Amino acid sequence: MKRTIITVVGKDAVGIIAKVCTYLAQNGVNILDISQTIVQGFFNMMMIVDTGSVKSFDNLSHELEQIGDEIGVVIKCQHEEIFDRMHRI
Amino acid sequence: MINLYEVRETNQMIEQDNLDVRTITLGISLLDCIDADLEKLNQKIYDKITRVAKDLVQTGQAIERDYGIPIVNKRISVTPIALIGEAACKSPEDYVTLAETLDRAAKEVGVNFIGGYSALVSKGMTKGEENLIRSIPEALAKTDRVCSSVNVGSTKTGINMDAVRLMGEMVVKTAEYTKERDSLGCAKLVVFCNAPDDNPFMAGAFHGVTEADAIINVGVSGPGVVKHALTKVRGESFEVLCETIKKTAFKVTRVGQLVAQEASKRLGIPFGIVDLSLAPTPAIGDSVAEILEEIGLERCGAPGTTAALAMLNDQVKKGGVMASSYVGGLSGAFIPVSEDQGMIDAVKAGALTLEKLEAMTCVCSVGLDMIAVPGDTKPSTIAGIIADEMAIGMVNQKTTAVRLIPVIGKGVGEMVEFGGLLGYAPIMPVNQFSCEAFVSRQGRIPAPIHSFKN
Repeated sequence: MKRTIITVVGKDAVGIIAKVCTYLAQNGVNILDISQTIVQGFFNMMMIVDTGSVKSFDNLSHELEQIGDEIGVVIKCQHEEIFDRMHRI
Repeated sequence: MINLYEVRETNQMIEQDNLDVRTITLGISLLDCIDADLEKLNQKIYDKITRVAKDLVQTGQAIERDYGIPIVNKRISVTPIALIGEAACKSPEDYVTLAETLDRAAKEVGVNFIGGYSALVSKGMTKGEENLIRSIPEALAKTDRVCSSVNVGSTKTGINMDAVRLMGEMVVKTAEYTKERDSLGCAKLVVFCNAPDDNPFMAGAFHGVTEADAIINVGVSGPGVVKHALTKVRGESFEVLCETIKKTAFKVTRVGQLVAQEASKRLGIPFGIVDLSLAPTPAIGDSVAEILEEIGLERCGAPGTTAALAMLNDQVKKGGVMASSYVGGLSGAFIPVSEDQGMIDAVKAGALTLEKLEAMTCVCSVGLDMIAVPGDTKPSTIAGIIADEMAIGMVNQKTTAVRLIPVIGKGVGEMVEFGGLLGYAPIMPVNQFSCEAFVSRQGRIPAPIHSFKN
């Protein structure tokens, strides 16, 4: 298990979650947790996913970025440790 | 489990407040390269650096991608070259060949700076060390990425005034050798008192002889993050202010610790230290001066600046030490003038002077840093400024440093542009009274009484 945080930030639109989830399903990435909110009209989503079986984290990260460009949101993939280290003692 | 708010906070620090890891610095010992034959020595140095550091840059980039945190610089520090070259180098020119080899190796592995063209002469100079010091102007003029430092004093040994006088001359000579580039050579030359062996920051990084064969040291940054956090506690008490700085420093340092451990694991090289410094850049919102202004000063340099800086420095350390198992290097707030937009603005506004900066160096790391002075400043005056700064370090048992740039052909008020992370600076006035007779005295200033602790 390799936990990765995917964040999606941008202007709200129809089908953002569907697009991202479809891509993840096609690439064998299991979603462990999703939270989402709208702040001042902006769509904010965070997913905790398991990228343990993903061959190239680079590709995953790059392709999600491209999907983000297509639908007008910013998508980032980061290993979970950076958040754990910063916010947990 | 990590929540959305925490993820947003981290990413806001990275995207809006310039949070980054300033440098992964790979320290490499060159002690096993020593040879009496200059050609062989050069070859061994090149081979060792390119072998040990071959994966440094790619590894740094991979860590950046995995965690989404920028790692601005990947750098190398080596054993002080004066020691490595002593057996083979009979003249300053011989040492210059070693500088050129370091430069070539740095370019081959893709690091932007290599530190360690250094001599440690806090009590006395060997012939080789003197040759290295005399070679610095030519070495820095002929290379692009080599950084040089000379330790001329310590709390234990006192101040080697012969070396201080010589460095006054060498700073001016380095300025002259690189005058067509606004005396850029001096931006890569630091004079130290109590220089640390494990400093990851340039231009003063070198791999001390107390260190292992290779080691990973990491320097964090984050002035923008601290400033942003402080905007939320305007008007609150000192207790709240300190608590906010500590918490922020903790978070910033944790990222540095993670990157250091990860780089160490992936490169198979032991982790040394995290340097807890607040290192500014010329980018807007990445300034230590702006933190001081957020604390309540109209401009950096106003009365109260030294007290505010002392507090800031202390809180950064208190928050940082809990975040990392090993801290070291310089660890504190940096106050380089040309690399900090708030400092530049303060100088332009007439709020910040050389003398105030000197006072500020008593309470923070490191010293008079990246300060442009008129090109006609006398070597003895530069030596006097160095001696003052070394005395502060010696008596306060802390690291102090001087990185002055006498800009040849330019005078007070003119601007000088160094480019990139080195930034730009207005030329500051220097006290015109002479210290010639003082710095002309031979020998050294003895160690202070409180250094005798045995």
